[in-house]
Amino acid sequence: MTSSTALLEERPVLRERGQREVFCGLTGIIWLHRKIHDAFFLVVGSRTCAHLIQSAAGVMIFAEPRFATAIIDERDLAGLADANDELDAVVTQLLQRRPDVRLLFLVGSCPSEVIKLDLSRAAARLGRRFGPEVRVLNYSGSGIETTFTQGEDACLASMVPVMPATDASGLLVVGALADVVEDQFTRLFAAMGIGPVRFLPPRQARDLPAVGSGTRFLLAQPFLADTARALEERGAARIPAPFPLGVEGTTLWLQAAARAFGIGVSHVRAATDMAQERGRRAVARYRAELAGKRMFFFPDSQLEIPLARFVSRELSMNVIEAGTPYLHRQHLAEELALLPASVALSEGQDVERQLDRCRAARPDLIVCGLGLANPLEAEGLTTKWSIELLFTPVQGYDQAGDLAELFARPLVRRMRLAV
Amino acid sequence: MKLTLWTYEGPPHVGAMRVATAMEGLHYVLHAPQGDTYADLLFTMIERQSKRPPVTYTTFQARDLGGDTAELFKNAAREAYERFKPQALLVGASCTAELIQDDPGGLARALGLPIPVVPVELPAYQKKENWGAAETFYQLVRAFAVKAEPGPRARCNILGPTALGFRHRDDVTEIVNLLTHLGIAINVIAPLGATPSDLARLGHAAFNIVLYPETGLQAASWLSRQFGQGMVKTVPIGVGATRDFIAEVSALAGVDPSPVLDDDGARLPWYSRSVDSTYLTGKRVFVFGDGSHAIAAARVASEELGFSVVGLGTYTREFAREVRDAAAHYGIEATITDDYLEVEAKITELQPELVLGSQMERHIAKRLGISCAVISAPMHVEDFPARYSPQMGFEGANVIFDTWVHPLMMGLEEHLLGMFREDPEFHDEAGASHLAENRPLAWDQAAEKELKKIPFFVRGKARRNTERFAADHGLTGITLETLYDAKAHFGR
Ligand code: SF4
Ligand code: SF4
Repeated sequence: MTSSTALLEERPVLRERGQREVFCGLTGIIWLHRKIHDAFFLVVGSRTCAHLIQSAAGVMIFAEPRFATAIIDERDLAGLADANDELDAVVTQLLQRRPDVRLLFLVGSCPSEVIKLDLSRAAARLGRRFGPEVRVLNYSGSGIETTFTQGEDACLASMVPVMPATDASGLLVVGALADVVEDQFTRLFAAMGIGPVRFLPPRQARDLPAVGSGTRFLLAQPFLADTARALEERGAARIPAPFPLGVEGTTLWLQAAARAFGIGVSHVRAATDMAQERGRRAVARYRAELAGKRMFFFPDSQLEIPLARFVSRELSMNVIEAGTPYLHRQHLAEELALLPASVALSEGQDVERQLDRCRAARPDLIVCGLGLANPLEAEGLTTKWSIELLFTPVQGYDQAGDLAELFARPLVRRMRLAV
Repeated sequence: MKLTLWTYEGPPHVGAMRVATAMEGLHYVLHAPQGDTYADLLFTMIERQSKRPPVTYTTFQARDLGGDTAELFKNAAREAYERFKPQALLVGASCTAELIQDDPGGLARALGLPIPVVPVELPAYQKKENWGAAETFYQLVRAFAVKAEPGPRARCNILGPTALGFRHRDDVTEIVNLLTHLGIAINVIAPLGATPSDLARLGHAAFNIVLYPETGLQAASWLSRQFGQGMVKTVPIGVGATRDFIAEVSALAGVDPSPVLDDDGARLPWYSRSVDSTYLTGKRVFVFGDGSHAIAAARVASEELGFSVVGLGTYTREFAREVRDAAAHYGIEATITDDYLEVEAKITELQPELVLGSQMERHIAKRLGISCAVISAPMHVEDFPARYSPQMGFEGANVIFDTWVHPLMMGLEEHLLGMFREDPEFHDEAGASHLAENRPLAWDQAAEKELKKIPFFVRGKARRNTERFAADHGLTGITLETLYDAKAHFGR
């Protein structure tokens, strides 16, 4: 790890500070509320916040979503109404409507932070009132504090202090994964002889895993800085590893866990050989189409560096620039060690300048946010929306081919179209 | 503080973006945190615009608060000017920036840029998207329009169309064609496609057509007051309203409407009269949308398709009075709310056969198993069709006929259903394939058998009414008794 950290120090990183074209942390609610089946996310914010979630959730309006916004109005601002009383009333109304809710997150926003509404006190107060049936936690998804996936980080970190304590040895996998991916990993860990394995976030609020000095944890997502820190404060130890994207990433991730639990390489091989082989075959199908293609990542989800590693090493693509909103040097050390030196890194954003660089480079494929995709396509460039990488199961062996396919499809579309 | 699951309108600065994005040569510098850049996707994804909205966001962060945010704004404005070289700069704040009170207008003016700067103050904690669009357009008109000799009587402006508007693009084409046939010249169309210098020429028209009152009325009223220009407020949606509109503009312009009225290309009147449409008669419809579209849709539904308007409402509080008056005309009480749950409750209570609403109502209708057509914003990507599909003018009426009748089972199709009743895929219970399955209550054999005897074209409704009746009376199963009790209860 020291060598890779050293390697990073030599590696130039373009640091930019200008207009960012990324979502705020509220966006995480869209996948988190699908993941924790009995949790409700109440944003305390403005109409903008409500509109953001609704627009980013796009397009799918679910029966009745388990998220909503308590919209602050002028009465709250003018002090005509006590914002805390108002919030209590909204929560009461909400919990009456949704008696199935077991975990309520009060989610802070830019406006709630600027007016200094103390949501942690509100959560404690409401927790006393509605507990133990409903647990009330709070975190900030505001755009002045969090970028896109950092909302998930803040959410998971808010759960850590209330996780039960244990001294028992065990593995904790941290970061929201699709249920099917979790189940696959559970089977692989079992075959390798690692256990017990628990996941954060849990599918049900009551299944919050226990944590303590015997806990070793693997990050399943690269954007979980605060959650990792909070787990370490509870005595858990992070297992350094690359992220489980692609066959190689998944193998190294599983091997890191095995090493931490004193399990031999041959054991890992026996448990994963078949899945590895299947994954490689699935990826190979797309390598022919993608090899040699030039790729450009706009900063968005913090998945950019692991993805750049995957497409470089497993698909033989050439990454021109991998932008990330925030570069967590420690958590990404293993990734950076694998990333070809030719990949330029950038951190932060000045969207206009980055567009200039991107246009000048004319990459074959651009990974970017929803606001930029169609305008770039209209300029004759090919894009893949990054948000899909959060909504689609892409981790693990059996999704490695799907991940490659996500990148192949826009190119296939461009090739096929004759209009 | 108000609990909100879904919002009908975005914040007011999104309205300002709709104006800025519709126009050319204007750039909007918005003091806002990074997450607010989501609004770009409304235009690039939902409307499939091929260009980014002309908006620069300052994207200030927590560490900038209490010091550098004003500087950040100035840099953003300066760089936006240098990069995009617009004719004018629009500046303002989103909800968060409103709280930090940096005064974008003052800061931008202090830069001494060689172009006009128009500040817009949009109170984000009181107002919403349509209001923001109207106010922005009004401020721009005030800033640029110059009083002039109005010129010939038969020259007008078209005001109100914006980006992200429900069928605005095609409506404008339709109305421009109509006016051209009437021999009326068009001076400026705005905001859609206009530059700030076009706004300067607004005074050269004799009158203004307010195509979309939600966004254009405020500016048009000001022009009437300041420049003495005439104003046409009739929204030409539906055959009757289009005729009224033609009469009104012809009178103002001093032209003869008969060539257009005699050869109008409207198929709706005959389609509605043809025997096949007998099946449409008296269908119970619920109408909800922005004020103008809801009022217009109710008129078309009642006068031009022979439906019964059982519910009418709007989320546009600014047009509550007009919608209330319209509702009174149908002998009902208007639903004025921007609370999606209230609308849902109303639809559930009224059990209409057709819902004409926004995408929100479409989802409610889908859940309740009721047919639906979209008549108003808010919209989805599918509401920006590739084909020409105006709502306004005579062709708009044709489009409306098709799109509203389609979700209902057409008379002919119902006959076919009768003939193929036993066919496994084609039987009446299958329902429209896009409608959700929702059968919570158990029917006993006798009741089920009885239900089969009810004419198939009202059977779905009988089933729904019975189940609703059973649910309302706390019954867990449905017997023959229940079926007839319900029939008695609902009549019909
Ligand atoms: S089903 Fe999905 S795509 Fe279709 S209208 Fe509803 S939200 Fe939009
Ligand atoms: S950036 Fe801030 S104000 Fe904007 S949507 Fe996100 S939390 Fe709300």
